[in-house]
Amino acid sequence: MNPPTAIIEADALPPQMGLFQERWEFFKRNRMAHASALFLMSLMILAILGKVLTSAVVVFDPKAVRLSEKFLPPLTPFTSEITPKEDRPAFGIYLLGTDELGRDVFARMLEGTSVSLTIGFVAVGISITVGVFFGGLAGYYGRKKLGFITVDTLIMRFVDIMLCFPTFFLILTVVALLPPSIYNIMIIIGLTSWMGTARFVRAEFLSLRELDFVTAAKSQAIPEWRIIFIHMTPNAMAPVLVSATIGVASAILTESALSFLGFGVQPPDATWGNILSDGKQFIFDAPWLTFIPGISILIVVLAFNLCGEGLREAFDPKLRKAR
Amino acid sequence: MVNFIIKNIAQRIVLLIFISIISHAIVHLAPGEPSLVDPSNPRMKAEDIQKIRAAFHLDEPIHIQYVFWLKDLFTGELKSFKDNQPVLGKIWDRFLNSLPLFILGTLITWFLAFPVGIQAALNRGSTFDKTGTFLSYAMISIPGFFLSYIVIIFMVKTFDVPVIGMRTFGLEDSSLLFQSMDRIWHLTIPALMSAIVGTAVLSRYVRSQMLEVINQDYIRTARAVGFSNDTVIYRHALRNALLPFITMFGLTIPGLIGGSVIFETIFAWPGMGRLGYEAILSRDFPVILTLNFISAILVLIGTFVSDILYAIVDPRIKF
Repeated sequence: MNPPTAIIEADALPPQMGLFQERWEFFKRNRMAHASALFLMSLMILAILGKVLTSAVVVFDPKAVRLSEKFLPPLTPFTSEITPKEDRPAFGIYLLGTDELGRDVFARMLEGTSVSLTIGFVAVGISITVGVFFGGLAGYYGRKKLGFITVDTLIMRFVDIMLCFPTFFLILTVVALLPPSIYNIMIIIGLTSWMGTARFVRAEFLSLRELDFVTAAKSQAIPEWRIIFIHMTPNAMAPVLVSATIGVASAILTESALSFLGFGVQPPDATWGNILSDGKQFIFDAPWLTFIPGISILIVVLAFNLCGEGLREAFDPKLRKAR
Repeated sequence: MVNFIIKNIAQRIVLLIFISIISHAIVHLAPGEPSLVDPSNPRMKAEDIQKIRAAFHLDEPIHIQYVFWLKDLFTGELKSFKDNQPVLGKIWDRFLNSLPLFILGTLITWFLAFPVGIQAALNRGSTFDKTGTFLSYAMISIPGFFLSYIVIIFMVKTFDVPVIGMRTFGLEDSSLLFQSMDRIWHLTIPALMSAIVGTAVLSRYVRSQMLEVINQDYIRTARAVGFSNDTVIYRHALRNALLPFITMFGLTIPGLIGGSVIFETIFAWPGMGRLGYEAILSRDFPVILTLNFISAILVLIGTFVSDILYAIVDPRIKF
């Protein structure tokens, strides 16, 4: 059987580029989105570095308290005689100043980078998993009846119910009632934001399930869960990817808003949100404690949003023409 | 039409029942109880806690508690755990405070977003369009409370105007003009802050909607017939571009509660969002539940109104 296949493959004109390569080429043409994507990649490397450095190297210790050194403005060289030598900040300079307990803001921001990004990614990971699961089921089994109600109706009514809750108020309620922990915050942000994904995926599945490759897969008696999650889901990922990128941005914002109200990640763990909300009490004496985390959040969330918008344009042929 | 409306309302009522069950379950199953808020209070003895628990039916099984809650809610007997005031009265007071903030915020959103979005769409690729796009992304990305703090400091330092709270303390005896000026100053900044995200999002929608309509065939036809540019844009294009925003108008109603928690806390505005926040802090279950319930009702009313309006305005939609 092998020789004929080889001939056909040789005859066929291979596409110039793969689908994702083509999209990537288009994505690169949007300079702001491209720059944001590169920025975010370097930020992720920084976050991993920061995680390693702050937990391993003692000069980066974000929890080192030096009460004689509090409220030093950024770029103050380390000159204190009182503070022990091993609490010296990295490079002998307070790059971003110190806070009300004399902790090095640079080290805290480094630690916060990984925590904030983890919250964003895990929350979005949860919301995508739940969204793809429910959206896939609703789209694939749409017409199947469970008693008097179809699967599609059941799941989509549930989505409607979830959409009726005031999201931020719900998150606040649950976070306040549960014991404060970083995992609870991730899980709750994730579980209250999957409805959009479920709708996209369902819409994609409604058209995908009529296509030939699904019929072919069914004819080979491939189990249904494999068809749904291994064959069809990758084809429905484009809108999910876009909403995931924007979802990370809004998860970081939600975390900072929760921190502001006092329900965010609890000290001594540092996130950008709680550095910002701790710093706001000292906005007149130490404005850098407010502005450094505030502007970092602004830039990173902006980069996620621009990147998501660039992806949306790259994946949506209709928007591509309009540009 | 009547059939459609009745069916629509019936569906929404079923949704509402499920919502109330779920929110009741979430609040009551989560750990933490009203009696545990202040465990170090020496005046709270074990028998007091028992008495309180019995008075608020906290010892009953959860479905019985649900029935009690619904019954009390509809007879208006529902009392807050915290101060034993009727919940509906409390919420109504706060609603009246939230309303001006919400109305002004919505007005600012709509009156800013439409001109900006239309201009951006008409001059696509211009400096105005690019700056507008970038600014709207920046506005979506900035943490609201961070921006609010900067604005508060800026306003107080440059213009010397009061921004925190609903009114300046001690002005009750001054003339009506003076009082209303004071109220307006207090209202402006919070409304502006809560309108920013909405404006950014809405102006992006208006822009893309307008772009889509402008490239349609009937717009080319209108131009070919020789109508002036203004007629084509404001009479033919804008009216079609406006259609989806009827839906959005319905969806802004629930912003009354959910969207205002942060801003009402920053500006010490005694509205519904802050009532919810205070209720959460003191585990005041009846208030939390009722606020959740009311905001779900608001969402359902909002989507219902937009469905009906959409059907009335767009003749292409049939029942």
